[in-house]
Amino acid sequence: MIEIRDLHKRYGAHEVLKGVSLNVEAGQVVCLIGPSGSGKSTVLRCINGLETYEGGEIRAFGQPVDVRSPAIRQLRCRMGMVFQRFNLFAHRSVLDNVMEGPVHVLGQARGPARALALDLLDKVGLVDKAQAYPAQLSGGQQQRVAIARALAMKPEAMLFDEPTSALDPELVGDVLEVMRALAREGMTMIVVTHEMGFAREVADRVCFLHSGTIVEEGSSAQVLGAPRHARTQDFLRRVLHQPAQATLEPTP
Amino acid sequence: MSASQFIEHAREFMPILLQGAVVTVEVTLLSFVFSTVLGLVLALTRLSPIRALAWGGGAVINLIRGLPIIVQLFYIYFVLPDIGIQLTAFQAGVIGLGIAYSPYQAENFRAGIEAVDPGQREAALAMGMGPALIMRRVILPQAFRIALPPYGNTLVMMLKDSSLVSTITVAEMTRAGQLIASSTFQNMTVYTLVALLYLVLSLPLVAGLKKLESHLRKGARRP
Repeated sequence: MIEIRDLHKRYGAHEVLKGVSLNVEAGQVVCLIGPSGSGKSTVLRCINGLETYEGGEIRAFGQPVDVRSPAIRQLRCRMGMVFQRFNLFAHRSVLDNVMEGPVHVLGQARGPARALALDLLDKVGLVDKAQAYPAQLSGGQQQRVAIARALAMKPEAMLFDEPTSALDPELVGDVLEVMRALAREGMTMIVVTHEMGFAREVADRVCFLHSGTIVEEGSSAQVLGAPRHARTQDFLRRVLHQPAQATLEPTP
Repeated sequence: MSASQFIEHAREFMPILLQGAVVTVEVTLLSFVFSTVLGLVLALTRLSPIRALAWGGGAVINLIRGLPIIVQLFYIYFVLPDIGIQLTAFQAGVIGLGIAYSPYQAENFRAGIEAVDPGQREAALAMGMGPALIMRRVILPQAFRIALPPYGNTLVMMLKDSSLVSTITVAEMTRAGQLIASSTFQNMTVYTLVALLYLVLSLPLVAGLKKLESHLRKGARRP
């Protein structure tokens, strides 16, 4: 469904992606993990053309992803994106955020769009916040609205760019729960994440990126449970060590 | 001069001054709308990804900003007829004031547009919006809220600077005052009344803008 072949991307002299290839089948959940600066978010942002790339090829739904082509807008409609910082439209209510795409991009009538939006808000557990503004919600609530907003476009695939990284720890669970439910329904998902528990449980495949290349790729059990590459082992040791460190800190 | 004399004169002059006040309000509002449209066009031109367009927008802004308002008014009213463009004093006043204020409006709008979180644009792009729709539905409404305080300030300044069109014979409030003063020599009464009338117009405006700002801020708080 989404094919990336030998993707190269550079910012000036700095090469951030050095030949990334990835194939995501319909219904698969693929998690991209790796240290910050490894290029995992950049890969994701290239898929829907938020970033340009210098070399290689990306095809989504069989069509080339080309930022300069007007067809990019149709492709973007077919894949939802969820951002680390939520990016809800600050000047519109929760309900209007979710209706925005269907009404103004797809040209649907307000009635059905509203029904769909309320349905989706119910699904993410926030139908009672329909009239609230984003600033009145917690980060976790905002992110769930953002997921509902992306789903309102009836996408065939979802891209998640560190969806829980900006959240307080106690708010992460609700967002992951919504994502788990999506995966269960068979949504194709590419998830950039630091949530190893989520990756282990939900991902069909985990890719470990390091300085612009996919160092290791395989089933979640293999990559996270029995990593072969030294860099993967090192990364996982650091990431999984974090909670232990946190408990060592004195509590006020 | 006694208070009773003042009141007597005021009664006599008020109808003419009020007629002038109506013209003042008309000139202010029309040139404000005109400068808003022009300012928005200039701001969008300046922010255009096409380099030549952005440069042209910047050049026009600097050109207009570098000229005194009175010179611009004189040019439009006295010089344009030479090339066959005849305008009434009122039209010339509205157009001149609108043009003269458009660079300030443009810079306000540009600052507002640039202050909108880039994530807003990305979210709109990711849902398949085109550039025009993103501007209209996502960027401008938020930019307007950010730009509202200086925008309101511009309106108040334009109300006062509308007195400049008196120099091209538009019969607004200042001009009406001048005419009465020069024929009655009641300078104190006339200009006190004119000053009071400007305050009567501007102070409620300032209060109203403050109220609008706090009302809009409610929904626009950033996360």
